[in-house]
Amino acid sequence: MHHDANSGHLGGNFSCIDALMTLHHLVMKPEDRFILSKGHSAGALYITLWSLGKLSDSELKTFSKDNTFLPAHPSGKGIPGLLFPTGSLGHGPSLAVGLALASKHKGSGRHIYCLCSDGEWQEGSCWEALAFSIHRQLDNLTIIIDQNGWQGFGKTSDVISCDDLTPRISSFGAHVQKLNGHDCSEIYASLKNKSAEKPNILILDTVKGKDLHFEGQLESHYLPLSEEQYFTARSKISEKN
Amino acid sequence: MRNIFAKTIVSQWNNNDCFFLTGDLGFMALEEVQATFGDRFINAGVAEQNMIGLASGLAREGLKVFIYSIAPFCFARPYEQIRNDICFSNLPVCLVGNGGGFAYGCMGPTHHALEDCAAMNALGVRVLIPAFDEDISAMLMEISSPTYLRLGYDVRPENTVIPQYSPWRQVLNGEQGAIAALGPLAGVAWQALQETPIESRPSVWAVTEFVDEEIPETFWKQIENQNLFILEEHVAAGGLGMHLSLSMVHKGIQTSGFVHRHALRYPSGRYGSQEFHRAECGLDAPGIRDMVSGGNS
Repeated sequence: MHHDANSGHLGGNFSCIDALMTLHHLVMKPEDRFILSKGHSAGALYITLWSLGKLSDSELKTFSKDNTFLPAHPSGKGIPGLLFPTGSLGHGPSLAVGLALASKHKGSGRHIYCLCSDGEWQEGSCWEALAFSIHRQLDNLTIIIDQNGWQGFGKTSDVISCDDLTPRISSFGAHVQKLNGHDCSEIYASLKNKSAEKPNILILDTVKGKDLHFEGQLESHYLPLSEEQYFTARSKISEKN
Repeated sequence: MRNIFAKTIVSQWNNNDCFFLTGDLGFMALEEVQATFGDRFINAGVAEQNMIGLASGLAREGLKVFIYSIAPFCFARPYEQIRNDICFSNLPVCLVGNGGGFAYGCMGPTHHALEDCAAMNALGVRVLIPAFDEDISAMLMEISSPTYLRLGYDVRPENTVIPQYSPWRQVLNGEQGAIAALGPLAGVAWQALQETPIESRPSVWAVTEFVDEEIPETFWKQIENQNLFILEEHVAAGGLGMHLSLSMVHKGIQTSGFVHRHALRYPSGRYGSQEFHRAECGLDAPGIRDMVSGGNS
């Protein structure tokens, strides 16, 4: 899909796809809500929705092309279950907090899931939302952080001296779990292990661009795959599965 | 106006599907809203970006939401959240900015809102600028899309009757063209010219919404080949003057005179009360009288 559209942002898509598949196939109930705060991983979400039968083959083929409902960052329109346009980082946690509060108010029983990137937590709005959610004891909220250690123009450790958000977020008082973001069993168990009084934060140790030729490299944030790289990646992933 | 606003919220919007959020402001104004709304009144703290996202999440689930803060903290600080979270989804959220224009006076320039109407108009937000206390109730009958309510001070002349609400209302008649005054400046102009003979003054119109289709034919007739004066406590860019000029071009209206008085920011580099800043911009009563007499047009 990305190759066909000559689209980048593959690194962040491949670091979160295991979590997205596990969450949507095994954990989320029909009434639950999901927000892709790291909107640049829209491709991984579209594929997940396709695997659930919510998007067709023909719709996927329009990804990042003219006249599509599937731009490279979600528009929030035209796709069931996608509630908001995302792509500018730091918006998702607050939106999720609002949905979680509405669920509590209405007694709708919804659980709200929100997927962020790790670099995204350099946005102050994320911490505003975290503090509010803890104060309000929004235990029906789970924020998942794809901690692949890379951001747009460097490593998170180099940009803001932070390669692990766990101690910072734990210090706010949330229910924090850190886990292997490519181990679906561990992801499933952690998603199920919810707090009864605090918002839940899952920090996924992941590999940016996992299984691609530029795995763990900055280039995976932006660059699309050449023809050769594409077929090599397909072979590698097929062999593993 | 904010006390009237608070009473209006309590009388018209106290239902289980309506939330009221404040960015830690409203002391001696919102206590009744807080008491009446209970759990639906939320002090979201000094965190405006989160407050807008939070409101969007609530609204996305079918709830109506009012957001209250000092005007610049309401429209400028969380501007991208307003655009992406509220406007892209056309959610029924009402942003309430207290103290439009120079209303916060001596509090200084960080507390003034001189660009708010343009900023909100650019996003397609419905902008409401009440001129008089009674306007608020009429304006807030229904919130069905992103809305911005700019609160100020009602400065109507004493012992006057306010005409029934309409986005364009004549509040004082005259025979020398017309003044279009944005929000509370209609009261200032009304006060300034009420003793001026009718044959020597323009009509005064209170403009409270940026909607072309609401401009009455009477107004067009009054300004055609006559003087048009525009008053707004807002910068020229994107304000009432530009908006009205475009409408005139579209309609083919020509005037014999055109005077646009607007916020000039801080021409002296000094700060003071709302009256001080209005005077610097020619938006006070003496300045308006001078403008009408042709002294400084």
